[in-house]
Amino acid sequence: MTTDEIPAVESVSGTGVPIRGNDIDTDQIIPARFMKVVTFDGLGEFAFFDLRFDENDDPKAHPFNDERFQGASVLAVNANFGCGSSREHAPQALLRWGIDAIIGESFAEIFAGNCLALGIPTVTADSETVETIQEWVEANPDDEIDVDVAAETVTYGGTTADVTVDDAQRKALVDGVWDTTALMKANAGEVQKTAASLPYVEDGERA
Amino acid sequence: MSEGTLYDEVWDRHKVTTLPTGQDQLFIGLHLIHEVTSPQAFGMLRERDLQVAYPELTHATVDHIVPTADQSRPYSDDAAEEMMAELEANVREAGIDFSDPASGDQGIVHVVGPEQGLTQPGKTIVCGDSHTSTHGAFGALAFGIGTSQIRDVLATGTVAMEKQQVRKIEVTGELGEGVEAKDVILEIIRQLGTEGGVGYVYEYAGEAIENLSMEGRMSICNMSIEGGARAGYVNPDETTYEWLEATDYFQANPERFEELKPYWESIRSDETATYDDVVTIDGSSLEPVVTWGTTPAQGVGISEPIPSPDDLPADKQETARRAQEHMRVEPGETMEGYEIDVAFLGSCTNARLPDLRRAAAIVEGREVHPDVRAMVVPGSQRVQRAAEDEGLKAIFEDAGFEWRNAGCSMCLGMNEDQLEGDEACASSSNRNFIGRQGSKDGRTILMNPQMVAAAALEGSVTDVRDLKEVTTV
Repeated sequence: MTTDEIPAVESVSGTGVPIRGNDIDTDQIIPARFMKVVTFDGLGEFAFFDLRFDENDDPKAHPFNDERFQGASVLAVNANFGCGSSREHAPQALLRWGIDAIIGESFAEIFAGNCLALGIPTVTADSETVETIQEWVEANPDDEIDVDVAAETVTYGGTTADVTVDDAQRKALVDGVWDTTALMKANAGEVQKTAASLPYVEDGERA
Repeated sequence: MSEGTLYDEVWDRHKVTTLPTGQDQLFIGLHLIHEVTSPQAFGMLRERDLQVAYPELTHATVDHIVPTADQSRPYSDDAAEEMMAELEANVREAGIDFSDPASGDQGIVHVVGPEQGLTQPGKTIVCGDSHTSTHGAFGALAFGIGTSQIRDVLATGTVAMEKQQVRKIEVTGELGEGVEAKDVILEIIRQLGTEGGVGYVYEYAGEAIENLSMEGRMSICNMSIEGGARAGYVNPDETTYEWLEATDYFQANPERFEELKPYWESIRSDETATYDDVVTIDGSSLEPVVTWGTTPAQGVGISEPIPSPDDLPADKQETARRAQEHMRVEPGETMEGYEIDVAFLGSCTNARLPDLRRAAAIVEGREVHPDVRAMVVPGSQRVQRAAEDEGLKAIFEDAGFEWRNAGCSMCLGMNEDQLEGDEACASSSNRNFIGRQGSKDGRTILMNPQMVAAAALEGSVTDVRDLKEVTTV
């Protein structure tokens, strides 16, 4: 496979779903007991599981259970979303539930990196902008919201708001180089040189 | 941007090139893998017909799902057995060393790497686990990665990353009685917040840090991620070198110790290094810290009142209200006397030999409270054997603790060790998130190992410094 085959993600459009609250951690996004799997398939149904279902597995009030937000692809969240563990299971679960882009006040770093590896933009805006978007989504669950990664804007209703996309993330998504394996594999010769320059790396020796 | 720090030095030495995205391609000197986050990455490799590029720089163990009671195969939990079998097949095919239970070297990945001498100053170390920051205690640049990045490291020996800023956290003074590394990091997170470290690497320095053992430094670096910092480190010094020299690798290769020491010395932060931010914390003023809420930043000194959400910054109030409702605590009260059902002494934060020794010293000759289920889960099989050899197991068992086999266990409840219902747990682990210990109504109170021991004896959160004054029976 070559980097040419990786699709660019210039923008994402779809209906929205708001999840309110700061410090929503990866254990809430996907509880650890659902990680006892060797593939990511089927994780979507377990997204936010403990917040969505009671002890008898009956549904509770939660945006991911709400009829109005079924089919949504743009998630609107608050501060420090995705804090906690490095589990890629978290964005994988959101992706498999249907999320293709996330707008938030801020994101935990490993989480944002994991999203990028899956081609999911994590764009940021101040709390006022995000709360306005969350309110708009609640009032207009059937209307599309457009996350323009290249232009760093979010458009909803008749409003266009400026958002921030990390430089490397924007470039990776817009140029379609967010899947880094092939890109880095092409530099194998340079990698070998770097390895050879490090005193602790011995040829074929474990250390 | 920072200049002349260990972070700058190690980054520059490992940088392969700048990628078209503007990210740097960074060579990885040690890739640790475990059963939860690596199987999917090996699957991606197979889909693309790629091989593991540097199996000799990769090391595996099993920790998250491993049962800590009956470890006979196949495991009674089918899902756990499948994950273990998958890891075994992957490492066999790729030729990767595996510290499995049969080797006697198995344990939590962040205990295993250091104790085998794999973790060394000036290495770049990654693992699909956010607590990889632990290895920074040795002056390594160590951080957690997601599964797609594991795929990248397996396939290329490198990761794509952006360089971050460096914040120096200077902890001055001497720590008081009963105050440990755990209390220092809980205090740091309380002051700087769970997201305060986003975009930063933390350099821990100052008298209180320099005086810590390697195990204490590991406890601090381990929880960097709870403060939002993907990596944290301590500059290597004589304490580091002494610890390394005693490990298997350098015992077997003493000439390598002499060969590598100049490199380790060369990467230390310069006296004249510049930092993007510097924070100073007075270590001598600390008391044991316990959490009252559901993020590691929601902590309080044992004698201090739990804050009122109204007195917190606006963006922290709602989280605090929900946390206090979940934990059933009231502002103005202290955590002292908060009743517990479970005491968990374990995890990659606090399950190394000195952690168990300090807790055993509190427990010795006393009895666990009749209403408390107390367990010790050593960080590795080596820790377990050493603790058994010096009599710690007997001390814990005589007091009424269960003595288990090594693994992550109740830190995250991926095996059978879980809270039930709304049980409250005094825990030496690192996360008090809702649902973290296996029950969504469970309540976790983070604290240092001596404090866990004290809580187990009293049946409630207790200031261990008071307990010490009680005559031992």
